[in-house]
Amino acid sequence: MSNAVLNDKLHSKSPKVAVPEMWETFKSDMKLVNPNNKRKFKIIVVGTGLAGASAAATLAELGYQVDAFTFHDSPRRAHSIAAQGGINAAKNYKGDGDSIHRLFYDTIKGGDFRARESNVHRLAEVSVDIIDQMVAQGVPFAREYGGLLDNRSFGGAQVSRTFYARGQTGQQLLLGAYQQMARQIGLGNVRLWNRTELVDTVVVDGRCAGIVTRDLMTGEIVSHAAHAVVLCTGGYGNVFFLSTNAMACNVTAAWRAHRRGAFFANPCYTQIHPTCIPQADETQSKLTLMSESLRNDGRVWVPKMAGDDREPHLIPEDERDYYLERLYPSFGNLAPRDISSRAAKRAVDKGQGVGPLKNGVYLDFSDAITRLGKDVVQERYGNLFEMYERIAGEDPYTVPMRIYPASHYTMGGLWVDYELMTTIPGLYAAGEANFSDHGANRLGASALMQGLSDGYFVLPYTIGNYLAPMLNKPIPGTDHPAFQAAEAEARQRFQGYLDIKGTRSPDWFHRELGKIIWDYCGMERTEQGLEKALSELPALYEEFQKDLRVTGDGGSLNQTLEKAGRVDDFFQLGMLMCKDALERRESCGGHFRAEYQDDEGEATRDDEHFAHVAAWEWTGDPMQSIRNVEPLEFTTVHLATRSYK
Amino acid sequence: MSHLSDIKLKIWRQAGPDQQGRFETYLVPSISDEASFLEMLDVLNEQLIHEGREPVVFDHDCREGICGTCSLMIDGQAHGPQRGTATCQLHMRKFQSGAEIVIEPWRASAFPIIKDLMVDRAAFDRIVEAGGFITAETGGAPDANLIPIPKPVADAAMDAAACIGCGACVAACPNGAANLFTAAKVAHLNLLPQGQAERFKRVEAMVETMDEYFGSCTNHGECEAACPKEISIDVIALMHQDYRKAKFQNRKSLSRT
Repeated sequence: MSNAVLNDKLHSKSPKVAVPEMWETFKSDMKLVNPNNKRKFKIIVVGTGLAGASAAATLAELGYQVDAFTFHDSPRRAHSIAAQGGINAAKNYKGDGDSIHRLFYDTIKGGDFRARESNVHRLAEVSVDIIDQMVAQGVPFAREYGGLLDNRSFGGAQVSRTFYARGQTGQQLLLGAYQQMARQIGLGNVRLWNRTELVDTVVVDGRCAGIVTRDLMTGEIVSHAAHAVVLCTGGYGNVFFLSTNAMACNVTAAWRAHRRGAFFANPCYTQIHPTCIPQADETQSKLTLMSESLRNDGRVWVPKMAGDDREPHLIPEDERDYYLERLYPSFGNLAPRDISSRAAKRAVDKGQGVGPLKNGVYLDFSDAITRLGKDVVQERYGNLFEMYERIAGEDPYTVPMRIYPASHYTMGGLWVDYELMTTIPGLYAAGEANFSDHGANRLGASALMQGLSDGYFVLPYTIGNYLAPMLNKPIPGTDHPAFQAAEAEARQRFQGYLDIKGTRSPDWFHRELGKIIWDYCGMERTEQGLEKALSELPALYEEFQKDLRVTGDGGSLNQTLEKAGRVDDFFQLGMLMCKDALERRESCGGHFRAEYQDDEGEATRDDEHFAHVAAWEWTGDPMQSIRNVEPLEFTTVHLATRSYK
Repeated sequence: MSHLSDIKLKIWRQAGPDQQGRFETYLVPSISDEASFLEMLDVLNEQLIHEGREPVVFDHDCREGICGTCSLMIDGQAHGPQRGTATCQLHMRKFQSGAEIVIEPWRASAFPIIKDLMVDRAAFDRIVEAGGFITAETGGAPDANLIPIPKPVADAAMDAAACIGCGACVAACPNGAANLFTAAKVAHLNLLPQGQAERFKRVEAMVETMDEYFGSCTNHGECEAACPKEISIDVIALMHQDYRKAKFQNRKSLSRT
């Protein structure tokens, strides 16, 4: 464990019983807040995606005063809405051998044994409650003809445990959670702040005392005090510039909390999703995901011969390489994401890529259409096929889709303990914003599960455990000097961007930043490449600070100014990501270091030296952060080499 | 991949809600036909920043046609010329070199302009807050398979639930009515067995909140034609039917008091 520090702040607080009994034990032992006293506590929830909306709704139902913040015009816009394929739950409705233990095990193994057992087991336990809750709210999940719920299969699992609503599962779940929160807004229990962005968190006497926000319409900087703050602000996949994230997704909330003392865990664990529409031209602003569920019926292949320019239907069967089926026969096209992505990269790097820019592989539905008929395929994936047609201009019913990996999800995030509390007492992180459940690689259909688990079934319990002892004790108000100082700092920061008056737009810098991160900290990383990135990033960041141009002013709606603040934070995070990737001298999940692979090109983990969480501590300079570790103990599963062959 | 050249854009610029707006003309000299419409605006905005001018403000986020953030009247059509397609999914391959394209914000009194092409659609949230939900507080839900839902019912609910809340229906409607948006949510919830307990209360609250902000429906059908998710106006009939029933029920309950 070179260059790593054991830190007593990194105590997971997992109950000291066997893993399967932990959650019940926690719930029996936790402190409670009397229903009549709950209204004396104010909780801030930042972000209104699955985690944020479900947390805000549930906390308000319990009786807490909740203030919910979103930078969107409406809470319903959060990027959870774009999740397509589905949500996992250990219901075993198919009778195919699923169980809580199996979902727990699959998630730990899928994460390449780099997640905390206690949190993951709880996730598997509450997964079944999520489905019940969402159905009660009216989420129109897909049904069998008899009226019971339908399931499909997803990568990294050998059972069908994924519930879905066409290819719009995220949309339907988010609308469910949004509607539940909307009810609480209507009842006056949740106060909604839309088009309002967090620009700082405030810590007083070692506790989180509130946040500072910027009103995107007026530029006004405002403080908000609360007993506890929950960040449900998503992941940082947009650090790559091109990703499947929405345009506004950013790391700012988590990063600003990090700068105030919240440790940032495993930033190098990023997920490159294997099935996205390849980049088409130089103006590309984002990449679009094609759901992993498509791999249930689509077959991935490339021409055996490099540089083969023939139309796909002219390439005979024996000249095609169905490489996932060949390399991973037991999982085939449903191999996990990290493994499928790297296999696609290897094929394209060998010159077998397809499409005008030779930057894709085929995902072919012709067998499925022959076997099932076009109607069935349309019913399962119609909206995805339509989306593909709009973007790529080709009809996937007749021409195979072209896909390529792209940044999609970030497993790393704010370090949290079993109660989802960061290293700042009173500051919580939930959903993609935390690091807790997916280790080094997330399995498909697990992000929705985690967001809703955290918001509906974990935070509402754990937050009371923190609040109970604070009953009737005064908390710092927004007139406290710490709030005033944070406000002044934020005003100065945003004015600073305007005052540079350089020549390059925030987007220009973002694109350049993204290129460096993608080239050196993307699907494959090397020591040499990461060192190169770490020498180039500070130079580019310095240029950003000297040559940025933000037009307009800070006193009205200014999208360029918003972007400048977000790109600033991405720069600092980018440096930390590369440092983390450099220090983790092993390959695991989405973190693939070319130096650590076996003869067949599979990732080689180093459990002796790296079976731990790396939680970085801010020092004032992103290049000088301190690497603390939380050792991972495996008492329920055995560390094994991950194999999907 | 080929390029289109000389795209002339007439764009509505308005500095703030109470300011006078006007059209300004811009030229995009060259753009790839693979670019999306919004990427074409990105290119324009980069050009404007380069010239030291303020870029055009427009709402957008997922760019996958699902979040409903993007808007834009393109040549007088909500979300532009391609049927069943949100602006963010519209690509330049649908246009020709030398095209002159007029870009405006949603025009509806319930959607005040914030700046340039961005409008405030918060009235939609008010409608949902009034009743667009099923009261099912966290914790007490029965097993999900306890209520079998016939597949055609689940499918019909899903068809309505596909609404992305973009507001194209309102922008396309000569009356600025929000009946398609409201009815889609009413239909989603009122078709399902879980939604029956609050069925009539829901429709009443939602319709009456809608009427506070939006114009009235006179069956033009423009909303359906503009909807990027192609939601059928049949849902409006369903909403009217339930609203009428709700009013009769209420009259009965009034007579009992």
